[in-house]
Amino acid sequence: MFWTFLTSTIKFSTLFLYGSVGETITEKSGHLNLGIPGIMCLGAIGGCYGVRSYIDSLGSLSQMSGFAVVVVGIICAFLFAALGGMIFSFFTVTLRCNQNITGLTITTFGVALNSLMLSKLDTRGFYEAGRLFAKGIVDANTTDGLVKVLFSQSALVYIAIATAIITAIVIKRTRVGLNLRAVGENPATADAAGISVGKYRYLATLIGSGIAGLGGLFFIMDFLTGNIEYGIDTYGWLAVALVIFTIWKPNWAILGSIIFAALYRMPIYLNIGQMEREIIKMLPYIVTVLVLIITSIFGRKSVQPPAALGTTYFREER
Amino acid sequence: MRSVTGKVSKFDAFVDKLKKESPIHISKRMDAPKWLPIVIRIAAVVVAFLVCAIVTVFFEPTAFGTFFTEMFKGTFGTERRVINLFWEAAILLLIALAVTPAFKMKFWNIGAEGQVLMGSLMSATCIFYLGGKMSEGGLIVLCLLASMVGGAIWTLIPALFKAKWNTNETLFTLMLNYIATAIISTIIAVWVKTGSHVMGIMPNGHLPKIGGEDYILNILIVALITVLVWVYLKFSKHGYELSVVGESINTAKYIGISVPKVIIRTMILSGALCGVAGWLLVNGASYTINTTLAAGRGFTAILVSWLGHFDPLTMVITSFLVAFMGRGAAQVSTIANIGGSFADIVTSVFFFIIIASEFFVNYKVKFSFSHSKKKVEGETTQNTSEDDSSDAEMMSDTSQATDSEAQADEILEESSPELHRGQPLAAKTSDVAAQNKEVTE
Repeated sequence: MFWTFLTSTIKFSTLFLYGSVGETITEKSGHLNLGIPGIMCLGAIGGCYGVRSYIDSLGSLSQMSGFAVVVVGIICAFLFAALGGMIFSFFTVTLRCNQNITGLTITTFGVALNSLMLSKLDTRGFYEAGRLFAKGIVDANTTDGLVKVLFSQSALVYIAIATAIITAIVIKRTRVGLNLRAVGENPATADAAGISVGKYRYLATLIGSGIAGLGGLFFIMDFLTGNIEYGIDTYGWLAVALVIFTIWKPNWAILGSIIFAALYRMPIYLNIGQMEREIIKMLPYIVTVLVLIITSIFGRKSVQPPAALGTTYFREER
Repeated sequence: MRSVTGKVSKFDAFVDKLKKESPIHISKRMDAPKWLPIVIRIAAVVVAFLVCAIVTVFFEPTAFGTFFTEMFKGTFGTERRVINLFWEAAILLLIALAVTPAFKMKFWNIGAEGQVLMGSLMSATCIFYLGGKMSEGGLIVLCLLASMVGGAIWTLIPALFKAKWNTNETLFTLMLNYIATAIISTIIAVWVKTGSHVMGIMPNGHLPKIGGEDYILNILIVALITVLVWVYLKFSKHGYELSVVGESINTAKYIGISVPKVIIRTMILSGALCGVAGWLLVNGASYTINTTLAAGRGFTAILVSWLGHFDPLTMVITSFLVAFMGRGAAQVSTIANIGGSFADIVTSVFFFIIIASEFFVNYKVKFSFSHSKKKVEGETTQNTSEDDSSDAEMMSDTSQATDSEAQADEILEESSPELHRGQPLAAKTSDVAAQNKEVTE
């Protein structure tokens, strides 16, 4: 029972992990992308339509290759979600619009497009594709214990954890990461040092959105094994909360996302009333607010939001 | 005059270099005529309508004509629809008015959704426990006060932390939205013991109908509040202080404004107005409570406020426009059978275009080919004016600078005294000057 809970929690946490790693990269560049829920939806649309066209290109469902369907899904979801990031960057960097306004509009757009586009989608073969997405190294039904937790997970789970670790290393240890942080902390100084603020913001938002979009793909194809009836927007906001909860550190997000997922999944496994369930659902947000408050009171510089978060940079306007 | 032609060829090289650096030149509009922003915005609305119609065709190929007719039928078709349109615009306007003082202060309160919900929860609580036990008039007033308190508490929390520890208010208020939603689900779970967990229509505390129609009183209340907020922002000392805080916190401190006090005061006002919106939604519109009562209006209102440039009277127009788009697109999606969320897609596409148009209101875009052409023409006719810009050229390109200095050497006597500064430099690079003379002769 415990191992089953842990396995399913880690699986569910992947959704938050993709969203929060993507948003962390974006926020490190100074972009507060409130369009993340919408962008995760765009990722889901891209992934689903990619899988659809892959299935259509095959003669029969039995020809479907697990590797190919996952790769096609990942590429399509990444590109489609990156398109959302492109829109965001175009508005905030090139057109110098307010980031909150643009982000909220992208969320409305993405969520609405998700429910409309997916309702029109032909889902024949999606269950089979979903099974291939969710396939682990070992079978979850026949194993137990730590082996089950560690080795029955699907490819997208491992990719999420790898992405989080790589992102953490790039941000903390490389020159690109240093420049990225400089752009997010003080764009004017970064600009004076010869770093192209616009380029870094564009790229960080594109890559971050692409990664977040994989969360959408994971949710539909892997977690729900091809069931397209549920939206992701609520989880998208939790991903934004998780960025704060893990104080902008992608490696901590691995643990943070598991905690969030555990809080979210716990009511299903506990025998409690509706009221208690609703209270437990509130906890991730309350914990996030507490982290935000505590870091702002006691925090050293390293645990603060990027100083230029949410501000538009225009060289002539200093 | 021959020296001028030499200057032009060098200048062209300089322009080419600039071209490689940035093909598009963007600068802030400083001296735009008053009509220009209005023309740009009207053009943007027209373009946005056309694009929305094209988006409709993408989903339903035969719907291009339907789009325009149904947009108006859905909003002005019947008397009921007109009232609905006015009510939708009014509630958006009220929430937008509530967030505007905060935005003018550059306090990015994106928690209006949660503040409205807390207001409506407080009102519903009063009705739930006191409904039928006191007079209807008294209950309505009590509901109003309770919901103002509810909304104000929900802004006071982030405001206190912002004032004391500079806690990021955008993230804080965003999180409070979802806490408010969860609190409402929890309370409904307590109130409604049946399995559905849906609150029914509450029989008490309804606002009176005017002329047998719902919403009329609501619209009048919002109209009154609009005027009050406009006066508050434009003519009161408070309104002045909060705009100073928004412009520059240091200036505010310097002229003796207590910044924490202004932040907290303004946020209480903002939250109380959101509470009024929650009160209108519960007591004047839906007579019940659920988590989707605000229906995303808290977020849409931010757009309304921003598009209205934080000016209450302009916001009247923007709120009508947004309500028109929402109602109209809903009608189009029903008639063309596209699907429920289509209205949101059309509205957000509409927003994208309007947001983009603000860029052209605030900034001037010059493409460098037109830029260079104009400059060259100016150069050939007038040779003294180019030397005014020689400072900028000096900074960006030294060879160009020496070139202009050499010229300055020649025309020194008849030109402005600033040119003397460049003289020693020109003397040092006499070979360049000589070269230049060769070219010119």
